[in-house]
Amino acid sequence: MQERDAILKRKVQDSAEAIPPEKLLLLEPIIEKYQGSSSYLIPALKEAQEMFGYLPMEVQRKLSMGLNIPAPHIYGVVTFYSYFTITKRGRHTIRLCLGTACYVKGSKQILEIINKEVGINVGETSKDGRFTLEAVRCLGACGLAPVMMIGEDTHGNITPSATLNILEGYQ
Amino acid sequence: MPKISIEDLKRIKEEQIGKMVLRGGQYRAKVTVHMGTCGIAAGARDVMSLFRELIAEKDMQDVILTNSGCAGLCAKEPMITVEVVDTAPVKYVLVDREKAKKIFEEHVIGGHVVEDYALAIGSETMAV
Amino acid sequence: MCASPYYRMQIMMCAGTGCIASGSLDVKSALERELVKRNLQNEVQIVMTGCNGFCAMGPLVVIYPDGIFYNQVKPEHAPVIVEEHILKGRVVEKLLFKDETVKGRVPLMKDIGFFGLQRLIVLRNRGLIDAENIDEYIARDGYGALAKAVTEMTPEQVIEEVKKSGLRGRGGGGFPTGLKWEECRRYDNFPKYTICNGDEGDPGAFMDRSVMEGDPHSVLEGMAISGYAIGAEQGYIYVRAEYPLAIQRLQKAIEDARSYGLLGKNILDKGFNFDIAIAPGAGAFVCGESTALMYSIEGKRGMPRIKPPRSAEAGLWNQPTNLNNVETFANLNPIILNGADWFASIGTENSKGTKVFALTGAVVNVGLVEVPMGTSLKTLIFDIGGGIPKKRKFKAAQIGGPSGGCIPLGMEDVQIDYESLQGVGAMMGSGGVVVMDEATCMVDTARFFTNFSVDESCGKCTPCREGLKVMFDKLTDIVEGRGQEGDVEFLIELGHHINNTSHCGLGKSAANPVLSTIRYFRNEYDAHIRDKHCPALVCPDLIDFVVLEDKCKMCGMCFKNCPSDAIVWEKKKVAWIDHSKCTKCRTCIMNCKFGAIR
Repeated sequence: MQERDAILKRKVQDSAEAIPPEKLLLLEPIIEKYQGSSSYLIPALKEAQEMFGYLPMEVQRKLSMGLNIPAPHIYGVVTFYSYFTITKRGRHTIRLCLGTACYVKGSKQILEIINKEVGINVGETSKDGRFTLEAVRCLGACGLAPVMMIGEDTHGNITPSATLNILEGYQ
Repeated sequence: MPKISIEDLKRIKEEQIGKMVLRGGQYRAKVTVHMGTCGIAAGARDVMSLFRELIAEKDMQDVILTNSGCAGLCAKEPMITVEVVDTAPVKYVLVDREKAKKIFEEHVIGGHVVEDYALAIGSETMAV
Repeated sequence: MCASPYYRMQIMMCAGTGCIASGSLDVKSALERELVKRNLQNEVQIVMTGCNGFCAMGPLVVIYPDGIFYNQVKPEHAPVIVEEHILKGRVVEKLLFKDETVKGRVPLMKDIGFFGLQRLIVLRNRGLIDAENIDEYIARDGYGALAKAVTEMTPEQVIEEVKKSGLRGRGGGGFPTGLKWEECRRYDNFPKYTICNGDEGDPGAFMDRSVMEGDPHSVLEGMAISGYAIGAEQGYIYVRAEYPLAIQRLQKAIEDARSYGLLGKNILDKGFNFDIAIAPGAGAFVCGESTALMYSIEGKRGMPRIKPPRSAEAGLWNQPTNLNNVETFANLNPIILNGADWFASIGTENSKGTKVFALTGAVVNVGLVEVPMGTSLKTLIFDIGGGIPKKRKFKAAQIGGPSGGCIPLGMEDVQIDYESLQGVGAMMGSGGVVVMDEATCMVDTARFFTNFSVDESCGKCTPCREGLKVMFDKLTDIVEGRGQEGDVEFLIELGHHINNTSHCGLGKSAANPVLSTIRYFRNEYDAHIRDKHCPALVCPDLIDFVVLEDKCKMCGMCFKNCPSDAIVWEKKKVAWIDHSKCTKCRTCIMNCKFGAIR
């Protein structure tokens, strides 16, 4: 029962943060731009996500009506590609590289320390809404391995202890 | 830009070679900052803006400052290439603001290679 | 550079910017004319090289095998060089290079391993042009190949030339590009499409990103040539979402090419229409597979379908579609301009040209490297890559990403070409080379790659979706100390099943990292399973965390670095580890220079 309560609670939280209908109107220009061909779905979703930071159900539904694409199809695409997210994200996104070069040079230890100190695993957002942790496959900066990006900043040659110092800088 | 013909391709090539190689041209030196994703992550933008400031400060019209893609040696980014008229291009590695300043004063202005920071002289070999 | 077996002599012409400006290209054509006049063109080869560093003395000519160095050569010197030196073997004294004082303390590019051993075709413009300036690309013979194709060649001739060159797909499969085009041309179902696969998903591979960022026009030109050859008027570049700079530069390049009329209607007034659009990816490794990629462009989930029909017959929107990788397209300009014979003279019998490798991991010179096919792995890692840092020993190289395999110590003499790599259980893949030293655990590495494939499996077919998960769980058991006798045999059997019964290329090769590490590092698996010990000291559950008294030099490095104060140490005393405090973080192992902790 406890578990179920927790799930229910979370649902309430989700809808409490729902995007108000008037904000959904912001999607109109995107719909207008990409109407007519289902092949524009991915670029349209990208722009929508750039606007809201994530793609909750109401955004998907609105796009479904506007672009005349079945909502299940949109949901299928959103959940297939790792670029899209349906949950709200933290203020800072940590993108830790787990590509081969970084892995060989110890990014696993970095993951462990974030796990332990921030309390989030890959794909999760910290309770205070500060960080979202993502694992990425190669940021293409293998010369600086191990590498993580926080927002737009790239941090290279990081060590477990340096990681905590770096995180301090993002409140 | 108007649509171009095959003759235009040849003309553009001639004109550009004049700009890209320094000999006999109006330019005395060329600084290329290698700005691929890895170079930028390692701080190439900083180096670029420093050179822009230095060139503006001295009002040097005869120095070309340009960017190019990744130079390949990611472990030694940021990299820059400095070419002074009538000499071979020199690649500098692990450039930071301080080194960039010294390179600008001694090599770009003074014409002397900063041996301590230089990796190599010359350019790469094309396949035969 | 060693002399090619086909030629008696080689004339090295400096093609550095300085020498070109002082007229080395004119000297080259004058020499060519002289050679033809005396019917020596098949005995003597003229080679364009990188800058020699003596620009003030240019144009420079070096003649091998003698290694005679001539400077300030002018076109009118060509007859005397050919007559005296090439024919009669007499050095032309008056052109000899005498002043040795030019040499400084800084080495020449051609003398340092990393750059000196590379030969550039794909990366020919790297570091030389501004990626966002189409004129600089044109200055380096850009769009000259497209012009030559549409004015002097029929589409069939273009295909014939590409076939003759021996160019094979650089995305991993190694399928002959010319044959692919020929098949696509055969179908009379319009419209047709040509697609560039820029979904470089292999961890540790970044050569396509570098080309798209640094030389976007070379990709566009290659695509336009392929469009002309197969009869397509629309091209798409599928680029990973993780490469924003590449997307931005390609977009600028497409706009510039359009405004010059090099893309669009009636290109160069020859009646050829061709345009290109960018299709951004959204993060799914499987979209590197051709059919999945096409579904993704159509706005669907990127899941591969069963072939046939092949994409050449029914690809994007069920129309005939050609798909090549970024590096493949970047090869086309030089092939069309210099001819198939030139390209086919580089490389090995079945693998022509060069290959770009992304050299990463435990190697000194991490970077992008372009070498002729057939170069040995040893040259790649030690001469170009500069060897292994921290005085550690080379253990293995992982080639071909999550679909590839490991090449262990003792086999580093293997030639890098499609067939040789397959012969040792690896594959070319897109060209990621991850070097591993003795501090890398092969079981853990196999587990890493399997985890990657589990994550990226699209879930359509059972062997890949379920089989890889079972494989991953088994590997997890092994690295966490729950391995049992028979696990390795189980992994081998399961691995073969997955490889044999999956639908697409991802599944068909997903077990390779496990199979190849078992093949070459069976002893490490056995150590994990039988001795419950990780020889590379990577898997925390299989490390004793005990200080070996005979190896400990009492330096205290472990003590100083331990984050949880679990190490007890005093000066001149052997350290020991308090297991009640130890969190098994391995910091002590990484800081011990003497290998005294196991």
